[in-house]
Amino acid sequence: MQVARVIGDVVATRKDEALTGLKLLVVQPLDPERQPVGRALVAADAAGAGVGEEVFFVRGREAAFPFYPAEPPVDAAIVGIVDHWSTEGAVPKEGRR
Amino acid sequence: MMLGIVVGPLVATQKHRKFEGSKLLLVQPLGENDTPRGPVLLAVDTVGAGVHEKVLLVLDGKAAGDAMQKKGAPVDAAVVGIVDHVDFS
Repeated sequence: MQVARVIGDVVATRKDEALTGLKLLVVQPLDPERQPVGRALVAADAAGAGVGEEVFFVRGREAAFPFYPAEPPVDAAIVGIVDHWSTEGAVPKEGRR
Repeated sequence: MMLGIVVGPLVATQKHRKFEGSKLLLVQPLGENDTPRGPVLLAVDTVGAGVHEKVLLVLDGKAAGDAMQKKGAPVDAAVVGIVDHVDFS
């Protein structure tokens, strides 16, 4: 999983039937300093998240698991909303980006 | 599997029910010579690892779910061991 901030939502009227009813959010992965790292992506919401919140998301086939028995064609899903996290300088220096 | 260094805990109250009772750790994957490799990831801890410890990390949904002993858990990473030492020859 990765920590990310929700930066937007996606509205798509014409889409795969199995995506109907899913909330799609744009998430920007964050580094330990809460700075954007890597590309933003679209994730299905399985945690009731909203724009501006810090969340964590899962990638891959397991992203569809929260919607079982439906099997929506998703490759990323928000599975939790972050209360707090800290790294207290424990990240090796070159790893901060 | 990969080696990583635990860099901190993460607390989330509102999360998928399959995560209930699981500890979540932020882990920096390591490459050669213990240099950081790629972004910091969030993994489910199944062995009781702590900050600064070097750990064995699986980055695969099936393996991570197996480590949690929960079917259908939406996870893609888990800490499955604490490394004592690594010997290269």
